[in-house]
Amino acid sequence: MSASLQNDPSLTTPAPARGDRSGNLGIARNLGLVIALIVLCIVGVITAGDRFASTDNMLTILRLAAVIGVVSIGMTFVITGGGIDLSVGAIVALASIWATTTGTQAMADDFGWIAMVFSAVLVGTACGVINGVLIAYGKVVPFIATLAMLASARGLAEIIADRKTQIIRNQGFTDFFGAEPLGIPVIVIIFALVTLAGWFLLNRTTFGRRTFAVGGNPEAARLAGIKVQRHTVYLYALLGSTCGIAAVMLMSRTTTGSSTHGTLYELDAIAAVVIGGTLLSGGRGTVVGTLFGVLIFTTLTNVFTLNNLSTSAQAVAKGVIIVIAVLLQQRIANRKT
Amino acid sequence: MSTIHHRRRRGLVLIGALAAATLTLGACGNSSDGDSSSNVSKSNTDNDKSGKKVVIGFSAPAADHGWMGAITKAAVAQAKQYDDVTLKVAEGTNDVNLQISQVETFINDKVDAIVLLPFDGAAMTAVARKAMDAGITVINVDREFDSPFAARTTVLGDNYGMGVSAGTFVCDDAKGASGKKVAEIAGIDSLPLTQERSKGFADALKKCGLKVDNRVAAEFTVESGEKAASNLLQAAPKIDYLWNHDDDQGVGVLAAIKNADRDEFVMIGGAGSANVMRDIKSDNTVLKATVIYPSTQAADGIKLARLLVQGKSMSDLSEIEVPRQLKLAAPVVTKDNVDTYIKSAFES
Repeated sequence: MSASLQNDPSLTTPAPARGDRSGNLGIARNLGLVIALIVLCIVGVITAGDRFASTDNMLTILRLAAVIGVVSIGMTFVITGGGIDLSVGAIVALASIWATTTGTQAMADDFGWIAMVFSAVLVGTACGVINGVLIAYGKVVPFIATLAMLASARGLAEIIADRKTQIIRNQGFTDFFGAEPLGIPVIVIIFALVTLAGWFLLNRTTFGRRTFAVGGNPEAARLAGIKVQRHTVYLYALLGSTCGIAAVMLMSRTTTGSSTHGTLYELDAIAAVVIGGTLLSGGRGTVVGTLFGVLIFTTLTNVFTLNNLSTSAQAVAKGVIIVIAVLLQQRIANRKT
Repeated sequence: MSTIHHRRRRGLVLIGALAAATLTLGACGNSSDGDSSSNVSKSNTDNDKSGKKVVIGFSAPAADHGWMGAITKAAVAQAKQYDDVTLKVAEGTNDVNLQISQVETFINDKVDAIVLLPFDGAAMTAVARKAMDAGITVINVDREFDSPFAARTTVLGDNYGMGVSAGTFVCDDAKGASGKKVAEIAGIDSLPLTQERSKGFADALKKCGLKVDNRVAAEFTVESGEKAASNLLQAAPKIDYLWNHDDDQGVGVLAAIKNADRDEFVMIGGAGSANVMRDIKSDNTVLKATVIYPSTQAADGIKLARLLVQGKSMSDLSEIEVPRQLKLAAPVVTKDNVDTYIKSAFES
């Protein structure tokens, strides 16, 4: 959205209020999320008892959260920077296909499974760079640019795979990512590392401060000497690389690459980011909030599954949660200005 | 690996048999449900008498078309007929990541058996194998895993046979005439089942010198059927035979045919929905036949899971163990025999 914001003076004026992320309100919002998660857990314990509160079930929730969680962390950066990306699910699919073609798998046989990981992350990042360049330098609205990527990336995945599911033959890959050192699945560890890195990058580095500045007021950021266009490309590339990581995680979970992987992940990721407290208009974002957003949605899914309830009812509950979160967000934003 | 599985399986069978023998027999469930009651075996054995309690987890893709909806409905109805079966239904999803976590939940719950219709067979293989390793009997339905260790028994429709049935019907109807234009509207192309159907169709047509002149793929949904068919009709100004893989997308296909005002060809359906059978019976549309793909596969999966956990065998076979794989037949339904099949048809 940075490109459009630049041309729209009405949107750039109230900026000083944004960008302040470390005030009391941020803590209060996270507290709200913690309470929401605790309420969900209580409901889980009441309705499913030990079946909910067991270590195995916690790991089931975390494994489910890991894939979409990594994408959501990346999405937090793009949305904080004033953009949006609708193509993440399609990029996950394309990366999973690219990393599991017979060619890549032959390479993996020669150089080790790291070749598959490398190609997935590379493909994801490349898609992100294309998105970023189109948006920053091509002045295409993020919504449209990434919508185009959504269609073409999944289409390309279907062409490469001939719409077939590609099975991973490399035992080393499945062994490594399927392992559970100290009882914690590798993909959950990766999720934790990505979250930590994301938090550090957004809150403790120049890159993070620039992201807030670009999202809050791109014109002011430009005047302050930030290369807004280049930074926008970085943000989308970062999200692309997290899509690549998510593709690797999904590949290890399913032992396949498929053009149907990651369907509707864009909505799940955006929903998690928004209920986490990141402003859709940019300028304010929180990695911790996103983490809670993801955990709230996956715990909700888990509680519904444990209670034999339908996914349709779950979709309704999800919708209600999103609306409440956004209404709350508006109220807080209004009080602040 | 295989020996471990085997031993565990035998152990399970033994325990099941012991439990079944020691438990006193209760009353047999007798609530009759429309769809599945026709498929409940009434053989003269005591397999239907209640035995050891069996907890079965069931997961299937989202019911975004009638056949898939009927799958879950039939499975639930079948489970209700047994008072010794507790069915846990994890409702439909087309997200493999979520379906995997549903199976993980079943494993955590230590269910006795899992009946699984995977969104993508290959993608669900790893977690199904994990369930088998945990000593759970896994019944794979409709979309096959890519490892034989991932399921105890697999229930499949005959996809290749469906194609052969449809192709043979075309050949018989054409009576050796060459140069007939044949068109095909396939289902989701990424699924092996679609590829098998198309291969069977092409192989059968080859025998009488015909081939598929126009082929498009839809996605089993009404909307996708309408879209694919209108493109196809645009591309092929004259068709003699049209095989549509799936009667649910067929609703859309028929709508497109009506919009294009075409009736010069004979249309053959697939799967066998009730409204298609009604059309065949009334004989006033282009639909003259359909090829059945049973929507009771998961219900059969439930029955087999129960037999396996209770250590019983399939009563009409001499074999002691339940077979590793069941392939259901794909008969052609025409005006002449529609009354036999309309009872077990599903509503789309």
